[in-house]
Amino acid sequence: MANEYVVPRVPTVDRVAADERAAKFATRSIKTTAKAAGLKLVVSMIDLTTLEGQDTPGKVRMLCRKARRPINHDDCPTVGAVCVYPPMVPVAVEELKGTDINIAAVATYFPSGQATLEERVDEVRRTVELGADEIDMVISRGAFLAGEYGRIFDEVAAVKEACGKAHLKVILETGELKTYDNIRLASQIAIDAGADFIKTSTGKVAVNATMPITLVMLETIRDHFMKTGKMVGMKPAGGIRTAKQALRYLAMVKETLGDAWLSPDWFRFGASSLLNDVLMQIEKQRTGRYHSDRYLSIS
Amino acid sequence: MGKQSTKSVKDLLFGDLWEYAPAPQGTDFVELDERYGHYIGGEFVGLDSEETFDTINPATEEKLATISVADEATVDRAVKAARKAYDNHWSKISGAERAKYLYRIARMIQEKARNLAVVETMDGGKPIKESRDVDIPLAAAHFFYYAGWADKLDYAFPGATIKPLGVAGQVIPWNFPLLMAAWKIAPALAAGNTVVIKPAETTPLTAMLLAQIIDEAGLPPGVVNIVNGAGATGAAIVNHDDIDKVAFTGSTQVGKIIQRAVAGTGKKLTLELGGKGANIVFDDAPIDQAVEGIINGIFFNQGHVCCAGSRLLVQENIADEVIAKLKQRMSTLIVGDPLDKNTDVGAINSREQLDRITELVGSGVDEGAQKFQPKCALPDTGYFFAPTIFTDVTPSHRIAQEEIFGPVLSVLTFRTPDEAVKKANNTPYGLACGIWSDKGSKLFRVAGALKAGVIWGNTYNKFDPTSPFGGYKESGFGREGGVQGLLAYLEVR
Repeated sequence: MANEYVVPRVPTVDRVAADERAAKFATRSIKTTAKAAGLKLVVSMIDLTTLEGQDTPGKVRMLCRKARRPINHDDCPTVGAVCVYPPMVPVAVEELKGTDINIAAVATYFPSGQATLEERVDEVRRTVELGADEIDMVISRGAFLAGEYGRIFDEVAAVKEACGKAHLKVILETGELKTYDNIRLASQIAIDAGADFIKTSTGKVAVNATMPITLVMLETIRDHFMKTGKMVGMKPAGGIRTAKQALRYLAMVKETLGDAWLSPDWFRFGASSLLNDVLMQIEKQRTGRYHSDRYLSIS
Repeated sequence: MGKQSTKSVKDLLFGDLWEYAPAPQGTDFVELDERYGHYIGGEFVGLDSEETFDTINPATEEKLATISVADEATVDRAVKAARKAYDNHWSKISGAERAKYLYRIARMIQEKARNLAVVETMDGGKPIKESRDVDIPLAAAHFFYYAGWADKLDYAFPGATIKPLGVAGQVIPWNFPLLMAAWKIAPALAAGNTVVIKPAETTPLTAMLLAQIIDEAGLPPGVVNIVNGAGATGAAIVNHDDIDKVAFTGSTQVGKIIQRAVAGTGKKLTLELGGKGANIVFDDAPIDQAVEGIINGIFFNQGHVCCAGSRLLVQENIADEVIAKLKQRMSTLIVGDPLDKNTDVGAINSREQLDRITELVGSGVDEGAQKFQPKCALPDTGYFFAPTIFTDVTPSHRIAQEEIFGPVLSVLTFRTPDEAVKKANNTPYGLACGIWSDKGSKLFRVAGALKAGVIWGNTYNKFDPTSPFGGYKESGFGREGGVQGLLAYLEVR
């Protein structure tokens, strides 16, 4: 099978120039009305996440309630989704009943993906049955680095099938693929195999989401859209902790993919500590002054 | 997703769903005089001259200041001051002593960077992000770099004995006013010369702020003299008998006049003139970065760049893709108030330049090329021109041959590397070219075959004081920047 796979042709990526372009978005000045609207958009795009060995039902409940009502007034949207390990999905289902908040679960033997395809697909099927709306899978980075691109295509396609109605986010773990050329190719393979979203990272390795890595992935999405008319979503995850960072990502989305992607349907932030920093800024916009972080609930 | 509806769109939409709010750079700290004269012999003079002109803000058409015109007698006074400073002081002190002043000027430019950037933008129309991030930091970097050479000149050209030339007469353009002043003054002073310099008549203000910095830095009187005026003042400098060296940056037309004027006089000459740079994109290029480089190559500083990549040579088999991406990218450019921190393309420098661009773009349409401009609302007042590309351009079109010096790109195609080289060299100019390819061997082979003084590989419009800059053919001769830049101001024996 793998031998017959035709590796997609993707443009090469010049690292220096890509880094330079990404840095330009950080010079955009986002103030007043743009900042106020942008902050709310960011909240609506957050996949509020807890992915720890120490996660308990109590912790997940706390997270879900924060997701439903991030702050103690109504002038703030709910987050896009909560993101948990499969065993925690039932807890989230119960807590998020009656809301628009999606339940995302990491499956396919997250974060390493080191299991047989059967085991991984089976985990996906069971997780969807538990009530997950979105599946965040990991690709086999080892297989990719070994040049077995067909295997990556096949595993994404198999997981997509197992997802049924649930949306599939494909984590490339860009911090392990290292080069922008690898990231560009892996993005294309994942999209070709049926990814609804492509996602940078598990949050479990040294380098997680960065602006240039996200840019390379956004450009892959753009090229695919121009060729096929099919939209694919993007989720940078890990390392985005401040409102300022998040607004820069929004500027990058706005200027690379345009207005259609400025929506939680097509762009998400995988983050846990980002929400409170954004809330702090929203309160600053609302009241004209900063309050201490003691006024923000932890999640 | 999941619980939400998903709608598909047909084309990328760069609209107003989430617009950047205005982010204007404040100007309340800017203190400009109503009237500026000249800086001669360490004094600010000429405030009483009868002949004057106004310098305006091209984005608002409002007057910023009245500027005196230096006549022949004033230029003579400036040259005499420069000669006196050269004979009595500047040629006698050590290089380390000269370096001290240059370092001081560099640091003071950094200290006053914000003020300089804002004035540069007000007077010239360039986006504040460019004057803030490019012009002013590079101007300071030039002084730092040549300050470093001042006490090491004996090691710059091993085996040779070097001497300064004397008094340099320098005439600079309006596209990078302070930066061009730095390019001219820093190497001249480091090498031990004194200067008489004339800024362009549409952008004299940062030169006058530089005069204030030079004055505060305590540079000995007469080492740098700055005179204002238009062509006649420039001619008075060039034709003055006691000038040893002429350095000019500007149009090829004026460069030719200057070269005729100095012929047989013994004056040394360097010219940095026009260009019609080719940006060559091969089919193995990193396409998205190349598109960014094309944008930067032609829309940086509204295309008022002598080394602008104003001819795009794209390999025919990827031309459609590149042009489509280029048009998309152009749709995201923010054109407008140069003082807004988010503006990508600012105001055209003058009414005269706007008319010239408009005329040349009209010729492109008349000659049958296809014009594209993104939808962008231009301000009602001020001199603005929408970013423009022409496709279906052939080498015989005026827009493929003449320097437009505006935000206008002509797209031509090629089939093979040899054809790319031929087309790139098919111009009277030879200042700069860009090459985009992932294949290093091809990049270096093509670079070797291009007749241009500056070749960029997988980037464009990168400037650094350590790198020599200058042209082939009608783009001029002599180099600025790097150790080579010292040669223009030294006698090498």
